[in-house]
Amino acid sequence: MKNKHKYILIILLIIFLFWTIFPFYWMFITSVKADAELYNHESNPFLVKNFTWEHFDYLFKNTSFLIWFKNSLIICIGVTIITLIISFLAGYSLSRLKLRGSTFWGLLIFIAYLVPPSLLFIPLAQVVDTLKLTDSLFALIMTYPTFTVPFTTWMLMSYFSTIPYELEESALIDGANRAQILFKIMIPVSLPGITTVGIFSFTLSWGEMMYAVIFINSTVKKTLPVGIIGELVHGDVFWWGSLMAAALLASVPLVIIYSFFTDLYVSGLTKGAVKG
Amino acid sequence: MKKNKLFRNDEEKTALLFLLPAILLIFILIVYPFIYSIYLSLTKSTVGRPGIFVGLSNFIDLSKNPLFRQVLFNSVVYTVFSVVIKLVIGLLVAVLIKNIVGRWSKFIRGTVLLPWVVPSSLSAIAWWWMFNPQFSVFNWVIEKILPFSNGIPWLSKSHWAMFSVILVNIWRGVPFYSISFLAGLVSIEEELYEAASTEGANGIQKFFHISLPLLKPVLAVVLLFSTLMTISEFNTIYIITQGGPMNSTHLLSTFALQEGIRTGNLSRGAAISLFLFPILFIASYFQIRVVRQGVRK
Repeated sequence: MKNKHKYILIILLIIFLFWTIFPFYWMFITSVKADAELYNHESNPFLVKNFTWEHFDYLFKNTSFLIWFKNSLIICIGVTIITLIISFLAGYSLSRLKLRGSTFWGLLIFIAYLVPPSLLFIPLAQVVDTLKLTDSLFALIMTYPTFTVPFTTWMLMSYFSTIPYELEESALIDGANRAQILFKIMIPVSLPGITTVGIFSFTLSWGEMMYAVIFINSTVKKTLPVGIIGELVHGDVFWWGSLMAAALLASVPLVIIYSFFTDLYVSGLTKGAVKG
Repeated sequence: MKKNKLFRNDEEKTALLFLLPAILLIFILIVYPFIYSIYLSLTKSTVGRPGIFVGLSNFIDLSKNPLFRQVLFNSVVYTVFSVVIKLVIGLLVAVLIKNIVGRWSKFIRGTVLLPWVVPSSLSAIAWWWMFNPQFSVFNWVIEKILPFSNGIPWLSKSHWAMFSVILVNIWRGVPFYSISFLAGLVSIEEELYEAASTEGANGIQKFFHISLPLLKPVLAVVLLFSTLMTISEFNTIYIITQGGPMNSTHLLSTFALQEGIRTGNLSRGAAISLFLFPILFIASYFQIRVVRQGVRK
């Protein structure tokens, strides 16, 4: 009886895993299939008979895919660095230092974390326009921290609160100043937290689409998601192979980062959800 | 709590200095735009033309507009169905994973999270292709099983289009639910279940009388957060349906984009976006309460 139960559970789980993976499998199989087979109703769509790299080839030779990739990298690295600096300092200040009104500031950051980009994009477009940043990568590097910083500050605050005060106190007794405490103690000790925060701000920026759609116009300044959906789709119907190849390649960096840091990612996700 | 007197007097100054960049960011790029958006919504402004104050007439016009009413209705349908189904499946998956503690539980966890790791702006493209009217893989399977059917009009009929985008939202969102619930389940003490077992409780009873009550705080936070995220969804709609067919899948965000940016009616667009505010307000209020309770414990 017990075993029978377990088998049902396992089957359910397998069905769920299949459903989870299928779109990725579908991306892959589409991207390596020759057009003749791809658009043939007779052939079995789950298998591939004529394996080809032509869609990837097309992507590199005839589109700006590599430029979008580079743009995305520049923006995400920039945003991640800015986010790390701002949220590390703010998180340290709010969770470790004596500050009047720190509860208020903490709440403000928490509320800022809940504000969705869909609520702000129209006025932000005006701000970007006023600063003459429309159609520049800076527009995105400047605005992405609005959704990364509140989240990461909140995460770091809860991370810092797990670090014992004695570490800092003993360093103070030894005559260390604030900068030394930060660089020699807090940063090394909170490295897992900082890494998690870095992964999250990179991932969130990599997938952002709304601001990128609105603030960027020219082909050579687009980010990956916007470039792929905006430029690879054209008149005729036969671009699905390269579209899937692009989506697949664009996902690769995140999957690599994620596979290396699964545990950090999971702990960050649950902390972000459960604690704030 | 912070009674370490060893820190010097300038601690407060340092604290403010460290906090300043974050505060500036929030005031310049979140608080100011938010206030500006309220200003826009109370005026009649188009791109490049300063506004004339019109009071609440943008909101009144919108609430009378059948198209906007439909968008509101769409948003509610989309959010309620997505959130409820994600909740059920998320719980189910969390319980499944917890009960099958095999050697590859790490592998399962890694796989379950994939839809959450890959941005929806990329995975939605695959879904768009799977819903393709001519080459949908789902329809291929359906037509194999039922040779005389024409498959399902995934994106071309209003109800099916709504169904499809909800399906994608569920696919994408379940990992977040299940991993959060799993973290909550794991923290429940085994002794509780053992005690229940000795008193003859079965799995379902244990779930409803032990797991579910103890998961309440996690449930509350996940639900509130997810409701907010779901109702402000943009990427998947923008990619898969563009709000169509016949506006049947337009949500507040895509509709605000169309009216505010594409048509250039900033005031109208801002007013549409601001309909998200009450939801944001309610969600923040309850989230803060839950978080504060957590802190007190």
